[in-house]
Amino acid sequence: MTEIFVARSADMPEGARNTVESEGRQIGVVRAKGKLHAFLNICPHQGGPVCDGLLIHRVEEVIAADKTYQGMRFSETDLHIVCPWHGWEFNVETGRCAGDGKHGLKRFQTVERDGAIYVVI
Amino acid sequence: MQYRSSTPEFDRTIEGFQTGEHLANARRQADARKLDDVLIIDVDCHHYETDNFAEILEYIEDPVIKQVAVNTFAYKGSAAVLMDQPGYQDVGGRVSRYLERKHESIPKSAHPREVEQTLRWMNALSVDYACLFPTPMLFMGLHPQAEVEVAMARAYNRWLTDKVLPSNPRLRSMLYLPFNDPEATYQMVKEYGHKAGVIGFMVVSTRYKPVYDNAFMKTYALLEELGLPLSFHASYHWNDQLVSMTNRFITAHALGFTFFNAVHCANWIVNGLPERFPKLKVIWIESGLAWIPWLMQRLDNDYRMRTSEAPALKKLPSEYMRDMFYTTQPMEMVNNHEALELTFKMINADTQLLYSSDYPHWDMDLPSTIWDLPFLSEQSKRNILGLNARRIFNVDVSDRFPGAKAAADGMVDTFNQEVAPP
Repeated sequence: MTEIFVARSADMPEGARNTVESEGRQIGVVRAKGKLHAFLNICPHQGGPVCDGLLIHRVEEVIAADKTYQGMRFSETDLHIVCPWHGWEFNVETGRCAGDGKHGLKRFQTVERDGAIYVVI
Repeated sequence: MQYRSSTPEFDRTIEGFQTGEHLANARRQADARKLDDVLIIDVDCHHYETDNFAEILEYIEDPVIKQVAVNTFAYKGSAAVLMDQPGYQDVGGRVSRYLERKHESIPKSAHPREVEQTLRWMNALSVDYACLFPTPMLFMGLHPQAEVEVAMARAYNRWLTDKVLPSNPRLRSMLYLPFNDPEATYQMVKEYGHKAGVIGFMVVSTRYKPVYDNAFMKTYALLEELGLPLSFHASYHWNDQLVSMTNRFITAHALGFTFFNAVHCANWIVNGLPERFPKLKVIWIESGLAWIPWLMQRLDNDYRMRTSEAPALKKLPSEYMRDMFYTTQPMEMVNNHEALELTFKMINADTQLLYSSDYPHWDMDLPSTIWDLPFLSEQSKRNILGLNARRIFNVDVSDRFPGAKAAADGMVDTFNQEVAPP
């Protein structure tokens, strides 16, 4: 197990991201929903740089009790990271693909101590 | 550029977009697979002619249309003469290159900026030659004024063959045909069929003009005589009566990009055009692949019962379809590979399938989508990625592959092969 320095904590507020390289692999680290999340920067679809993509809440439909459609809204809980190549979306907390749960991002552990952030590989 | 997210804390600012960096993972894929050693011809990719629209408008020959277009463009932009329609190809900023590519820093040169921009993505994807098509003009078939389609087609083709294609031998095009005017279509082939870099002609499928109209027969005959392929490029029309029932772009796209090609293809076969023009190479572009087995099965089933309505046919509709050519993108990468493998068999992919990326559009496919398919032999992969295109377009690849043999060497003769799948 090796720890790789990512950034100083102060330089990564909520919504910030950084990328580190290790043995030819790029690992993206994002701070979202108060936690750090680290993923291999390769989308399982066609290999896009998923960690460079937009962070955006899941879009959900509003269906009334009588089953009628009432519009769309952003989820207040589920946050996605979106691959900028094609738009595949992944739950930032689980790495699972929103459109097809059979696919997911490769995740890494992170450590934050003494004002610094590390990814563990 | 700033992208608005669901909440301000996740708004994203991207500065200094560079196509090569955006596609760095594609370059790594190509290196890992040694794709630089593989001939890759991208039969369908795009630039945005609107990036140079003022310049293109100057190429309009008709003085009245030009005067109106130039003045209207000044306040209305490209909608002065182009058709536009609703649509969110970039999925609300999720696919960032739509906005970013417009602001990419490209050193000024004698060539339009898309030449360098195109070469950047070609190098990243390991594409050797690319057949370049416009983007907003893919809706021009819906323009209510046929003369405007003709004027824009002529202006665009003149500009493309003057400014873009001569700038680099890796760039080719199948030129836009103003198909709503059959005579202008014929004149276009006659005038531009021998231009350098022109490897065929393209009809935007999204229009209400049937391919069996007698007025087109002399154009097909001329194309056949010249040995130049005729392609049909899909797009969509959200105001089409059928497609207008869809309320999401995903539906308009998933269905809309197949409808018009399916109708044109069915008309092409049922009217016996393959019998009238047996050596004319016909290519169906950007409808994916899943529609082909569907249409084959539907037509074969009906044809056996209603043979009298398609008396020109000497074999099953699906057999004619197996003589045609198809581009790969957007290839339906479903979880069940068996479906894709059967589709490849049904269309004789080994000889009929042509790789296309559709870059820079949102549903682009990398060469790895073909290279990584587990059911293909390496020879099949090479055929689909480049050798089939080299054969049907007769592309001289000696500048990229100096040791390459002549185009036909070792390849199947499409018109004499056994077409039934094993």
